[in-house]
Amino acid sequence: MIKPYGDTLNDGKVQLSFTLPVTNDDKGREAAKILAKKMGIPDPNVAHSGTLDEGFTFYVVYGGVAHGVEYDSIVVQTVDGDVMDMGEVSNFIRENIGRNVVIIGASTGTDAHTVGIDAIMNMKGFAGNYGLERYEMIEAHNLGSQVANEDFIAKAKELNADVLLVSQTVTQKDVHIANMTELVEMLEAEGLRQDVVLICGGPRISNELAKELGYDAGFGQNSFAQHVASFAVQEVVRRGIK
Amino acid sequence: MEQVAKARGYAHSVAVDTQAFIDKHTTVAIERTICRLMGIDGVDEVEVPLPNLVVNHLRDNQLLGIGSALMLGNAMVSTGKSPQEIAEGIADGSINLAKIPMGDLDAIKNAVFAVAEKTVAKIAQNRNDRQQMLDKHGDKVGAWLYVIVATGNIYEDITQAVAAVKQGADIIAVIRTTGQSLLDYVPYGATTEGFGGTYATQENFRLMRAALDSAGDEVGRYIRLCNYCSGLCMPEIAALGAMERLDMMLNDALYGILFRDINMQRTIVDQYFSRIINGFAGIIINTGEDNYLTTADAVEEAHTVLTSQFLNEQFALMAGLPEEQMGLGHAFEISPDVHNGFLYELAQAQMAREIFPKAPLKYMPPTKFMTGDIFKGVVQNALFNTVTAITGQKVHLLGMLTEAIHTPFMSDRAQALDSANYIFNTMADLGDEIEFKQGGIMQTRVAEVLDKSVNLLAEIEQKKLFSTLEQGIFAGIKRGRDAGKGLDGVTLKADGYFNPFIEMMKEK
Repeated sequence: MIKPYGDTLNDGKVQLSFTLPVTNDDKGREAAKILAKKMGIPDPNVAHSGTLDEGFTFYVVYGGVAHGVEYDSIVVQTVDGDVMDMGEVSNFIRENIGRNVVIIGASTGTDAHTVGIDAIMNMKGFAGNYGLERYEMIEAHNLGSQVANEDFIAKAKELNADVLLVSQTVTQKDVHIANMTELVEMLEAEGLRQDVVLICGGPRISNELAKELGYDAGFGQNSFAQHVASFAVQEVVRRGIK
Repeated sequence: MEQVAKARGYAHSVAVDTQAFIDKHTTVAIERTICRLMGIDGVDEVEVPLPNLVVNHLRDNQLLGIGSALMLGNAMVSTGKSPQEIAEGIADGSINLAKIPMGDLDAIKNAVFAVAEKTVAKIAQNRNDRQQMLDKHGDKVGAWLYVIVATGNIYEDITQAVAAVKQGADIIAVIRTTGQSLLDYVPYGATTEGFGGTYATQENFRLMRAALDSAGDEVGRYIRLCNYCSGLCMPEIAALGAMERLDMMLNDALYGILFRDINMQRTIVDQYFSRIINGFAGIIINTGEDNYLTTADAVEEAHTVLTSQFLNEQFALMAGLPEEQMGLGHAFEISPDVHNGFLYELAQAQMAREIFPKAPLKYMPPTKFMTGDIFKGVVQNALFNTVTAITGQKVHLLGMLTEAIHTPFMSDRAQALDSANYIFNTMADLGDEIEFKQGGIMQTRVAEVLDKSVNLLAEIEQKKLFSTLEQGIFAGIKRGRDAGKGLDGVTLKADGYFNPFIEMMKEK
């Protein structure tokens, strides 16, 4: 059993902050305390309360959480396969596929943010990790942002894509879920789903969520081009995509 | 400074050359704008805005090149009806503009000017009202703190905006719903369920304007309202903003072409009229140079920002928009891992300040390298604030500690306003105390960025703007002259075409 670590093992210390739609007074601080207790912090300390507007107050709360986690019993779905670097990916493609792998990517639906797909695909990449455009045996097409699912699929057909990358960066009221689900349904309706490796990514994406939505893999934070490429090319081989 | 004059000279030539194209063309958006400025508003039973209906009617009858002003004026003289009544007549099929014989030109123009003057007077009145409120409360010295609201529900936006005003915000930008830039019409009415923002509509403008005026009175400040005058409806949104006293508009001459794949002919013609309106209405435009840095490397592409600033400046001057209303954009987007990165940021901000001394420069916060580590994010934003404190940027868009996580919480905005106010107060006069080392890292950096920009502008001048964009020389993005969205809405002006608002609004 583990608990958060403040300055002593298993003291359970956490910090949280939130706004309540109440006036900044003793009653409001009590409300913040009660909320923290309900969250499993038996003895919360309201360290700060600040007025945001007449009827809105911001609280910073510290306390020891009563809950713990059975760490040893946790099983996590991570993306399978080895992670190769840029050169290894190219060699892998040469030896096992023998032709260029076509990868298209886009920030689909209403999402106007390209930062995620750019980080994975653009030549320069991100934080010292070169993007897919730089990979010798990969033909990468970055379609940019606000690409409708039907246009994305049309482009996939036109380019005979092996791998589809869907990026969802900032979304509102979970619109990304509906949009990603729609893509899977459309691919299935067109009978294309089995012919492509379908991958999604973004700060709010996990591999577990991706699988649940019918994707082959999902990449969250701290994922770079080599993670995506490694999975993609191994999956192309595993599935025997021609 | 010799290099600066050179850069300006090249940019001026580019604008002059492009203007010849602009003067020969009109667009569906411009004609709809004229309809709106002549008093046409509302939608038909299937939610098609009446200005669209009128302009589609003109286009279907090959009358677009003659322009809506002349065609509506002719109908006014012939029927004695108002433009709104004529639009409603077109909607119900009782009026066909193509079937009304062309009357006496002087009488038509008189009729047009009579209604046009009313709107122009209202916009001038709005400008006066703004000035009076600024005089009453006194305008803020130093940076204006700019925050966004983005709930997708205009009423929720108002709650958030009013709270932000109480916390010290000077400018409220209402984020526009994603995708509106590609709509070839302006939606009607209040938005309560937008994705990633609300629509830019006249009603949303009006609601937020009233809320900010009343919150501003309470705190004794004039609160500026900002929206997005970009996409396929640039001039139309400018007109709506002018009528509802917006104070600021995102409005870039090239952004739509490069980042939204809107046809270059369309955008270049549209931006001209939109800037005439913004200029006349006293609206400060915000240009979109920050986008060059979020899609490319901020160290390597710094000269692209400067180049775009020079171009935006010259295109704005062509439309009679004064320097005092040019919120030329740039951004704090160098990777935190770059050695001496802060020095480059500071150097570039100081450079922009010196090259565009009268412009209320718009400075955008770090976004690309915000990670979700909110604690580091607070430091990144503090460094960004420090640059403005030292170099006197004017329109200061506050960074949010939760950038890259979600649209801002009310408390995120409060935290950003708190720390910006702290930094601007504690460093109030720091900039005046600093001189930069001759030939040091910062001066060298500026010289390098400026030289690259001069070279790029020389190339654009030589190749002309459209060919430059076609060859992907600018910002590495290739766009076809006849590709992109909205080209079918561009048409050559016919003989006798006239737009009364250009002469009424330009350089007044």
